Amino acid sequence: MDRAAERTGVGADPESLAWIAALRAEGPARADAVAALHRLLLKAARFEMGRRRAALAQARNADFDDLAQQAADDALMAVLRKLDDYRGASRFTTWAYKFALLEAGVKARRRAWHGREVMLEPEAWPSFADPAGSAQSAAEATEMLQELQRAVREALTPRQREVFVALALNQVPLDVLAERTGSTRGALYKTLHDARRRLRAELTAAGYGEGDAR
Amino acid sequence: MSDRDTELRRLLGPEGPDIGCDECFDRLDEYVELELANRDADAAIPGMRTHLEGCPTCREERDSLRALLS
Repeated sequence: MDRAAERTGVGADPESLAWIAALRAEGPARADAVAALHRLLLKAARFEMGRRRAALAQARNADFDDLAQQAADDALMAVLRKLDDYRGASRFTTWAYKFALLEAGVKARRRAWHGREVMLEPEAWPSFADPAGSAQSAAEATEMLQELQRAVREALTPRQREVFVALALNQVPLDVLAERTGSTRGALYKTLHDARRRLRAELTAAGYGEGDAR
Repeated sequence: MSDRDTELRRLLGPEGPDIGCDECFDRLDEYVELELANRDADAAIPGMRTHLEGCPTCREERDSLRALLS
């Protein structure tokens, strides 16, 4: 096993090991590898921006490319900083692409929400009533919605309530809420997860079985 | 699944072990390559499927990586 493989761990294919070795080299070989990596990351960032054009209808083409360039630059820094974390569980390029997609997705979502207020109070509860259902099923749906609303008000902590309302009810993207509240995606998702578990338990205790509360 | 069930599942999320956003990102590349190779990605990384169902942001990233590699 060569030095790059030893430092990377088992599992990496020869092409991936070549990437790692080149990025750990010195001089022109490293500069060439970094430039090639940036091209790959830019391709991935532009791909992601392309997928998000509908959500960014107000942005100009130049804005898209500017955001993609920023995403590729940030992803390059992240990949180089975390190079020792690569363990060869996937191809190196797959591992690197996810950083570009993450950065591009975050930038696109933040741009889409730029200037929009993040609501931490319920804006609109969905209707649970089935339009084709009977009057009885409509009444049951209404009762269940009321029970869920009660549980959100009474069973959650204030923090859980804010996070649940913003993320689950008002569908604010996780990274947008993280930016606005100075939190992290991981911490917010954990809070959401705990809130959901509590609400499911409340509905079950109120007599709504598994099939109703899932 | 009725509209009500779909809406409830969106609000309340799935039950079961959930690996969270940080580990999801750490293992996303491995998971997607396993999926694309038609191997049992869910058995290899327990808790990933539940997380992707409960977290729209991570799900978007999985969908994008799959689409980019396809």
